[in-house]
Amino acid sequence: MPSAGYDTDLDQVGPVSIKILVAGGFGAGKTTLVGAVSEIRPLRTEELLSEPGMQVDALDGVEQKTTTTVAMDFGRITVRRDLVLYLFGTPGQHRFWFMWDELALGALGAVVMADTRRLADCFPSVDYFERRGLPFVVAVNCFEGARRFHPDAVRAALDIDPGVPVVLCDARQRSSSRDVLVTLVEHAIRLISDDEVLSPT
Amino acid sequence: MTHEDRRLDRDAGPVVRPYALTGGRTRPAGESIDLLALVASTEAGSVGDLFLEPEYLEVIRQCRQPKTVADLASDLNLPLGVVRILLSDMREHGFIVIRQPGSKRLADPRILKDVADALRRL
Repeated sequence: MPSAGYDTDLDQVGPVSIKILVAGGFGAGKTTLVGAVSEIRPLRTEELLSEPGMQVDALDGVEQKTTTTVAMDFGRITVRRDLVLYLFGTPGQHRFWFMWDELALGALGAVVMADTRRLADCFPSVDYFERRGLPFVVAVNCFEGARRFHPDAVRAALDIDPGVPVVLCDARQRSSSRDVLVTLVEHAIRLISDDEVLSPT
Repeated sequence: MTHEDRRLDRDAGPVVRPYALTGGRTRPAGESIDLLALVASTEAGSVGDLFLEPEYLEVIRQCRQPKTVADLASDLNLPLGVVRILLSDMREHGFIVIRQPGSKRLADPRILKDVADALRRL
């Protein structure tokens, strides 16, 4: 961490930023949800396709074979002038896991988008957030034509903790997507309050 | 999976040119830079040096008001890794300062209640 002092000015003018991840399988509605509640923009990141054991820090010159970019969904909601919420739509495929640790670092929590026609697609995300102890909610995106399931049925199928909220949503609707985020923030508040009861400091 | 397979992904594309900016380096020097770290131009940066790379000048211009690394990368339309290398170089030269986001705020239920209330009004 930077030493206090040289960045004092930034402390006074900078807004508080809160990070929320939106995960889930391909086509489960991550982009739709981020776009419904925020001004969505692409954010590019790189994937290093290095051979195992290769010294990636010592690349000579530009190795065009070793890098490709990956586009993430990036949304911003200005809550107040001094409080900004950032949404990151994380690529759900296994090969993008290298990004997850960084994205999860310091995040408030995550929304896992689930499509009941391909429920297994969200297993890796659920596993990841459970293992990491990051608060998350499951948002079942109700696609037209897909059979409706009760949230409890989805919970049972995913085998998640009874405390984890499972909500139905229509990611195309701003109000519905907003409610998912509210559910996540309230869930995080509950978890923090529980922690404080257990370990008062 | 072969390199060729991976390069055919619909989200993927080559990033040769941006790394020309970084002299081929793929990792920033010094302390790691968080996605939501705030970047601000310093007085030294604002004085301006006509001999600076255009990307440096653009970062200095954009960060007169503090900006997060993610916002900056998106606005510059450059990959995050490239932006981080630019920023670490610029920090070394004293053109910018970078403040990592605090973690205490996440544990403050009052701030989170404000967030929930504000979201409900969206």
